[in-house]
Amino acid sequence: MLKGKHLIEPSDFTVNELEEIFTLADDIIQDPNKYLDACKGKLLATLFYEPSTRTRFSFEAAMLRLGGQVFGFSEASSSSVSKGESISDTIRVVGCYADIAVMRHPKEGAPKLASKYSDIPVINAGDGGHQHPTQTLTDLLTIRSYKKSFSNNVIGLCGDLKFGRTVHSLVKALSRYENIKFVFIAPPELKIPSYITEELTNHEFYQTSNLEEAIPELDILYMTRIQKERFFNEEEYLRLKGYYKLDHDKLNNAKDDMIILHPLPRVDEISPEIDNDKRAVYFNQAKYGMYVRMALILKLLGGDIIC
Amino acid sequence: MLKINGIKKGIVIDHIKAGSGYKIFKELKLDEADCTTALIKNAPSNKLGKKDLIKIDNVIDINLDVLGLIDPGLTITIIDDEKIVDKIKLSLPKKVVGILKCKNPRCVTTIEKNEEITFTLVNAEKKEYKCEYCDTRTSL
Ligand SMILES: [Zn+2]
Repeated sequence: MLKGKHLIEPSDFTVNELEEIFTLADDIIQDPNKYLDACKGKLLATLFYEPSTRTRFSFEAAMLRLGGQVFGFSEASSSSVSKGESISDTIRVVGCYADIAVMRHPKEGAPKLASKYSDIPVINAGDGGHQHPTQTLTDLLTIRSYKKSFSNNVIGLCGDLKFGRTVHSLVKALSRYENIKFVFIAPPELKIPSYITEELTNHEFYQTSNLEEAIPELDILYMTRIQKERFFNEEEYLRLKGYYKLDHDKLNNAKDDMIILHPLPRVDEISPEIDNDKRAVYFNQAKYGMYVRMALILKLLGGDIIC
Repeated sequence: MLKINGIKKGIVIDHIKAGSGYKIFKELKLDEADCTTALIKNAPSNKLGKKDLIKIDNVIDINLDVLGLIDPGLTITIIDDEKIVDKIKLSLPKKVVGILKCKNPRCVTTIEKNEEITFTLVNAEKKEYKCEYCDTRTSL
């Protein structure tokens, strides 16, 4: 039972619990009208201590599509935080009003701290460079929908693998399934941290900086943005940001049924010329993100498949 | 050569790495204790060359986690009626609460300070502990 639980990091849920959420998401996708009133009378608090419009919209859309309502703040300066209220106090007060809370915070571990003091479920919507579990659920649901199974896939992760928390979480989440091969594609400066690969004891993996060479064997290609704010040096950023640009030429060597994922927003790493390629599923991925959040909210509030 | 004697009932902390004795003495607040205590520095040792040791003329509660963190190689001997009744071999504690501080400047514990933070041992060889909030590894 997921009722009343918090989601702070993907491994908070067992593989079976994740499967419950995905099954419910599938049902919502099949017949969204059935769920129009599923959260009627329920309130979602969105506590965004730093702005993230996409993520906030995704949660708000999810709750509104379930017939629930939302309130909250979208930056710390407009909230009681600016008066110096602690996170533990804020969540206790919010718990008096709302049924469930979503928290985005620049400090790592903030949602976990909140969950310790909270009477209502807390969902981590991103804490610094640490975790972003609903992005991972989004990625997993997308893979599951297109590939039918997590197992028996070769997944290439490309771009900023050093700071990319979405990559770290996804690798950790996928490593719980069998027979997955990981290919880490990054320039030497942005290589995957060794503490991630150290944990891949039961899986095959290799590292390369060459996307062209790696692409033919991939079933899934997960592209990430090279983030400007991670660099001290503009020149270094400019050199690396164009390092991998996925275009028609590179895709020519890819499998016909490979899927391309990206957490969005993209900058330079995927050429718009491939947006209409059937393998480019990143915009659909955003849609899956909303559906999986609907399923998550419903589950944490104790709802289920409506028959 | 100093001998572990002269104690009827008490604790001897032995095989302390030379130089760590004072730190342990302070950490266990023995400077404030009202029983007889002794800190012996740079005693000759077959095993270590040089070692520190501490004698406490009373059986007091000592925080083994703190000792394990400072020097997991030391031994603790409990003496009663001038006989050794127990020898405790230390190891790095699996979890420590409220002792370590997270080194990650982006960690929530840098702004929310009323927390007893739990650190979990992740690599005994490197003496690495992981912050419960941000997962950042801190080595001793
Ligand atoms: Zn920390």
